[in-house]
Amino acid sequence: MRAGDALPPLEIEITRTLIVAGAIASRDHQDVHHDPEAARRKGSPDVFMNILTTNGLVGRYVTDHVGPTAVLRKVAIRLGAPNYPGDTMVLRGSVEAFDGETAVVRVTGDNGIGRHVSGTVTLTLPARTPEAGPR
Amino acid sequence: MGDDGDDLYARLKEYEGRPSTVAGAGRDPVNAPMIRHWCEVMGDTNPAYTGPDAIAPPTMLQAWIMAGLSPHTGRARPYEELLALLEEAGCTSIVATDCEQEYLRPLRPGDEVTYDSVIESVSPRKTTRLGTGYFVTTRTDVRVGPALVGTHRFRVLKYAPAARRPPEADRDRPPERRRPRPVVNRDNAGFWEGVRAHRLLLQRCADCAELRFPWLPGCAGCGGSGWDTVEACGEGTVFSYVVMHHPPFPAFDPPYAIGLVQLAEGVRMVSNVIGVPYDKVRIGMPVRLEFRRYDDELTLPVFRAVAG
Repeated sequence: MRAGDALPPLEIEITRTLIVAGAIASRDHQDVHHDPEAARRKGSPDVFMNILTTNGLVGRYVTDHVGPTAVLRKVAIRLGAPNYPGDTMVLRGSVEAFDGETAVVRVTGDNGIGRHVSGTVTLTLPARTPEAGPR
Repeated sequence: MGDDGDDLYARLKEYEGRPSTVAGAGRDPVNAPMIRHWCEVMGDTNPAYTGPDAIAPPTMLQAWIMAGLSPHTGRARPYEELLALLEEAGCTSIVATDCEQEYLRPLRPGDEVTYDSVIESVSPRKTTRLGTGYFVTTRTDVRVGPALVGTHRFRVLKYAPAARRPPEADRDRPPERRRPRPVVNRDNAGFWEGVRAHRLLLQRCADCAELRFPWLPGCAGCGGSGWDTVEACGEGTVFSYVVMHHPPFPAFDPPYAIGLVQLAEGVRMVSNVIGVPYDKVRIGMPVRLEFRRYDDELTLPVFRAVAG
């Protein structure tokens, strides 16, 4: 891993089931995440994904790439366009910095209406034998 | 009032630095079934989260402290007050916008988490696509025993929905069937500005402090022409009412109840009583102010019957 590396993109189908199951798995019973009528009354066209699910998906996306020995230290995300049922979110990542132990990965997730999430994930990797070369 | 008329912001800002949760406790110890459920939903097959040495996915940090359908534990009075102020101002909806978590050590099955939160900041009033409201940021320290295991900074927008769909009966009405528009003039423009911001403003005489409603250029008590405004708290009772059956008018669907509502501040105003069948409205019934959007241009204060 080195700064500038791009992670392979990951497509996530935003189904109603994923939204509701994610809300329940995170114990988030705000009605806008499972009740379409309530969501409409609050100005939203449909239920939408909660931030805890997005957070979990972003964490998974990065650890899928770096493997189980990596340790997540920090996940900081900001939400924009909501994830509504029927949409697809594409997560993309790039390594912003890596000093041999700590990596900062910039992550974005775009859906059909815009940028759902942007953020950074900081993780540490177990020390390895020093890499050859000037770096 | 503040520079932009946002005296609410000044009141909200006083809550910065005050606790939002004191000695909260996770509902359950960190446990394998919740971890498995989470991983299934996320499609997370990381082997670190299974087996005898399993850790919980770090991004689950907040899940361990969610109240779920149960009442919140440990929620501090300042936070309750802050939310109540926002609700009263019409900011009835909430959406999370930012989450920043730091993980100091992994959580493992059996860990029992406790937490304390503080109101870190409140933003000035912001208008977003969802509506107008305030961003509230809290910071939560999560512990297992005395050890800090993670911090969780969370920002929510508490807002008055902008794109709220009009009630079924009014949606898609042709223009000639829409509600009559209010006549807005120099004397009452401030009232309608308040309504747009989901605030019911009463005039108060600068000379004798008498409240008056509807808005008038001068005080009926002392004749004074100076005035400022007071925001109604929204509580009231039905002072009197009529039920409209006839004549029919294209914008309305009779029968419906019109209340003369006595506000807690002492003045009376006329508006619809909602949330109860028209024939169940009674004198003395407690009601609470609500703002109802009838179409893209028209929002009106109405009064919802309060149960009990």
